[in-house]
Amino acid sequence: MTDGLNHNGRKQEKIPEFQLEIERREFLKMGLVITGVFAGSSILSLVSNVRNAYSLDAYRNEYPYKPHYAMILRQDRCIDCKRCMEACVAANSVPDYGWRTMILKRRVPKSVDQKWEFIPILCNQCNNPPCVRTCPTQATYKDKVSGIVMMDDKKCIGCKSCIMACPYNSRYYNEAKKAIDKCDFCFATRLSRGMKNVACSEACPADVRVFGDLSDPASRVFQLVHQLQKPVWVLREEVGAKPNVFYIKG
Amino acid sequence: MDGFGNNRVMSIKAAYRRVVSDGIIYIIFVCLFSALLIVGIASGIHALFIVGSRNAYGTYREIPVAILISTYIFFVVSSTGLCLISSIGHVFGVKDFMPLARRCVYLSIVTILAGFLVIGLEIENPSRMVLYNIISPNMSSNIWWMGTLYGFAVVFLTVEFIFLLSAGKHKQAVIAGFLGVITEIAANSNLGGVFAMMHGRPFWYGPYFPVYFILSALITGCAFIIFFVLLAYKINRCNIDQPTRKALESVGKLAMLLLVIVMVFTIWKMLTTLVSGPSALAAMSALLAGPYSFNFWIIEVCGGMIIPFILLLVSRSKNLIIMFVASVVMIFSIFFTRLDMVIVGQIVPLYWELGVEEYSQLHIYTPSVHEILVVLGGISFCALAFLLGEKIFYGFSHEEQASAPEETKQEINETQELT
Repeated sequence: MTDGLNHNGRKQEKIPEFQLEIERREFLKMGLVITGVFAGSSILSLVSNVRNAYSLDAYRNEYPYKPHYAMILRQDRCIDCKRCMEACVAANSVPDYGWRTMILKRRVPKSVDQKWEFIPILCNQCNNPPCVRTCPTQATYKDKVSGIVMMDDKKCIGCKSCIMACPYNSRYYNEAKKAIDKCDFCFATRLSRGMKNVACSEACPADVRVFGDLSDPASRVFQLVHQLQKPVWVLREEVGAKPNVFYIKG
Repeated sequence: MDGFGNNRVMSIKAAYRRVVSDGIIYIIFVCLFSALLIVGIASGIHALFIVGSRNAYGTYREIPVAILISTYIFFVVSSTGLCLISSIGHVFGVKDFMPLARRCVYLSIVTILAGFLVIGLEIENPSRMVLYNIISPNMSSNIWWMGTLYGFAVVFLTVEFIFLLSAGKHKQAVIAGFLGVITEIAANSNLGGVFAMMHGRPFWYGPYFPVYFILSALITGCAFIIFFVLLAYKINRCNIDQPTRKALESVGKLAMLLLVIVMVFTIWKMLTTLVSGPSALAAMSALLAGPYSFNFWIIEVCGGMIIPFILLLVSRSKNLIIMFVASVVMIFSIFFTRLDMVIVGQIVPLYWELGVEEYSQLHIYTPSVHEILVVLGGISFCALAFLLGEKIFYGFSHEEQASAPEETKQEINETQELT
């Protein structure tokens, strides 16, 4: 500000030096206030995530929920019969324009045995769920007991930001519910009523979908996830959402 | 001058008389924009509450937000720009910008409300938003911050506008204006943050958008100011006074500088994305050499950057007709720049890198008739409010006298006498 005025002979004569100093201070104060408020709101939007952040390897060691529900998909066993999808629709009243789980097909022409492989997908019930962070009204939240990412339908404003944020395309807007719908590991329709398994897993004839409590070392899902002999992976690991749906072959 | 003055209550009747007695062309435009506004609102209500957005809008599971969100962004970013550019004068004391204050603040409120109107017809359950934004806020949500801060911005801007209308309230107007600037910047940046913090969308993810949105707001503000101020003088059938002319000259120069910075930003966004992962690369390829290349090269680059820069350069920020053309081209291009940003970030399927059949093609989005009508409704609201505002607030004339400090008033009076 002073530099600018030094080049302007007329103004330089009119305004005394102490006044310039005051103006500069006021200007700097304003700048600091703007920066502070701006940074404050941005930092607050990060704080809740810092707590949940842990190293990449940790998702196979730490299970903060009890029971810590998870699923492992034995990918090579899937035959694309779609009985899991049908069971899901029936159990959770999924409309024809939406889905909670589906099976993707990948063609591998250079493969020496089968040319197709099938990849079932569903909500990954992430430990660091981008959908939960982005929802403005906490309509979607991580259940503190089971770790399932759930919906509180009455709070959903239908902004669809969670659909945008979900790295797994696991959400859609359900007109009947007037809210976003997603896989909740059949919590509302089965687990909360005392059943132990999810509909898709129960319907699968090839035992592709193994559902259970990852915090229980005796559970089958724990045994499959923790073996070193076969590679276990998650989809889109680079996103850092810490999924609870794992994949395995063989 | 019965519209303004010390403690003078504005006569609604007089304002009404000014509106209806202006002439047939003015009335035709008022009626046209009113009709389009009603049709737009009706279209949105029909889509949301009668046939369902799934049937009426062009959005779907893979492209959940589209032209309505981009139009909302267009309006609220314009609001931030208008607020920031006007604040240079009456908040931060740069005299050249002072004659713009009232009209800019008014337009800033209008554009933000136009944005709210459009997003209100995009969100499925707007009534729940009012309640749960307050009783169940998610402090980690950029959308919550963005919405809340823009809400506060409307309040501060309205208070500022009221003070600007009243003589002798310059200090109060500055305080309200300053609060408006802070909330607008924070809201605008959080709007960028909505996209920047989408982990699963590589085209958006990163620190680029929160910064770019502020820069973009400034350039949009410049374009809106040139466009609306020149149009206002045409509507009010009066010659542009010297202080306003000088203000437009400063805005023109500022716009040129900002256009150069936008060009540098765009080049770096292109270059960094071209060396990123397959998903972001696919999106950028669609923009540079795919289905969105016309939008990018012709509308965004030529229309939004190169042509306005050349026009402003040729006009030397003095030829007002060329400046007006530059502002029209810029506003048109900026609208499509927002649309491209929103759509291109979603066209690459989330499972693109998995190489599966279902997601081997880019998603396609085409706006529906309902969506286009809602957009036209938003634009019409803006146009209608502008037309009515010019008459109701008496063309925002002599604003500098009401809002500026004493020495500036004197200076302005002298200049006006000279002209």
